[in-house]
Amino acid sequence: MTKIEAIIQTSKIDPVKDALHEIGVEGMTVLEARGHGRQKGHTEFYRGREYTVDLIPKIKIELVVGDERVEQVVQTIVSAARTGKIGDGKIFLSKIDDAVRIRNDERGDSAL
Amino acid sequence: MQVGMAPSTSAVPDRIAALEQAAADAKGSADNSWMLASSALVLLMTGPGLALFYAGLVRRKNVLGTMMQSFAMMAAITVIWAMVGYSLAFGSGTSFIGGLHHVFLWGVGVQSDPDYSSTIPVQTFMVFQLMFAIITPALITGAFAERMKFSAMLTFLLLWSLMVYDPMAHMVWGKGGLLSASAGRFPTLDFAGGTVVHITSGVSALVCALYLGKRLGYPEEPMPPHSVVISFIGACLLWVGWFGFNAGSALSAGGLATSAFVATHFGAAAAVVGWSAAEWLKRGKPSALGAISGSVAGLVAITPASGFVSPMAALAIGLVAGVVCFWMTTSIKSRFGYDDSLDAFGVHGAGGTVGALLTGVFASSVINPIFKDAGGKALPSGAIQGNFHQIWNQLVGVVIAWVMALVGTLILLKIVDLVIGLRVPAEEEAEGLDLTQHGEEGYHWGTST
Repeated sequence: MTKIEAIIQTSKIDPVKDALHEIGVEGMTVLEARGHGRQKGHTEFYRGREYTVDLIPKIKIELVVGDERVEQVVQTIVSAARTGKIGDGKIFLSKIDDAVRIRNDERGDSAL
Repeated sequence: MQVGMAPSTSAVPDRIAALEQAAADAKGSADNSWMLASSALVLLMTGPGLALFYAGLVRRKNVLGTMMQSFAMMAAITVIWAMVGYSLAFGSGTSFIGGLHHVFLWGVGVQSDPDYSSTIPVQTFMVFQLMFAIITPALITGAFAERMKFSAMLTFLLLWSLMVYDPMAHMVWGKGGLLSASAGRFPTLDFAGGTVVHITSGVSALVCALYLGKRLGYPEEPMPPHSVVISFIGACLLWVGWFGFNAGSALSAGGLATSAFVATHFGAAAAVVGWSAAEWLKRGKPSALGAISGSVAGLVAITPASGFVSPMAALAIGLVAGVVCFWMTTSIKSRFGYDDSLDAFGVHGAGGTVGALLTGVFASSVINPIFKDAGGKALPSGAIQGNFHQIWNQLVGVVIAWVMALVGTLILLKIVDLVIGLRVPAEEEAEGLDLTQHGEEGYHWGTST
């Protein structure tokens, strides 16, 4: 099992979600996040006072899939979330030891 | 002649008297209905108008504390106005302050008082003026936002209302007042409160900002408005309520009210254009906060002029006020480094002063024949008609309002500071006024379903 954490532009949540549904991904968790990578923030002016906003609103999608599907899911997210501009985000992958379905104690891949 | 007409001829004088009475009653009812509506509109300016305008500009931990400062004025000033405030402002007395003839609203009934208006009940006049007495101290709260104790704020503003507002209102609008336009030693033209409301509150705001000092972390720490959306709604309500403030100051429902209504709207609109254009040129973008701040600046500046100037003069006054107040809040404030948190001085002090002086320039006897010779013939009002001396009179009114506000506020702040202490402790300021002063929070998103 692999956990896929994708940090994407806020405007890309619907295209990514729809694309994942299309390839049969059944579950995901979506978080509203703030952060920045190489993309620096922007400045705002309120009555002449300048504020630098360097933590920019982003969307973080978390999902855990069986190892055989990882490449397909990653490619789906990348193609749906890409604009080609700086600030498109990143995807992180990590190994998951186990999973538990709370409703009925199922373990491992069958709990996904 | 027909037989049936004969008895009525003797009753003609009676019938004329009855018709005159009916006509007077009709005018009285018309005037009174507009004045009651205006009174409600002016209250709408404080709550929710000003409360929302200010609350959006603070950080989210202070949203309720900021709203409560305006709302507390709606309650506390009302009580003190009934007990003694109205009498001090509008009772007969000296040229500086009214007497105690009307304490506890003694003698303030449904009869009219010809010194103020012969067509509306004096009780209507009293409640209309009360709404002005409420919003004026509420305006000051913008200067000490996010750091003053609720108890100290309440004590200070109640004393301020008695010691600064009531004498100033008496001098300009009260019978026998020093600055009264009709009979005063220095006839100052102030239709709806450029000196009485906006200079006194704006200058007092500056004193408060200097005396209390900056908010913790200002100006290094960013303190952007927590919701310009809330401020936007508040500013729009202020604009609407201001029609009652200015057009209601005609104290009647005729042509003068229309003239003040139109001037008010044109002044506000021109100031939005002025502020936004200045911001667009200087910053590259016209902001929503800039546009709504411009409207308030224009409304402030047109207030003293509203019942004296033509629509074109109102456009000019608004345009000047928009640019001046933009410059005051963006350049002057940062140059001197005081923390007038919500720009009560930059908008009300500066806008009120600009408006009061320009009233002396643009006032016209065609709009309002306020000055008359012994034969009742209208005399020129402002410099635009050749009465350059009026600018001097306006300056006297402006200086007296500035001095009253500076001295009065400084003394009262000192007293309240010694007795109660003005600022919340540093750790409470960091935690926010909502929790530390009122024991509640404005927003519970995420924790309550």
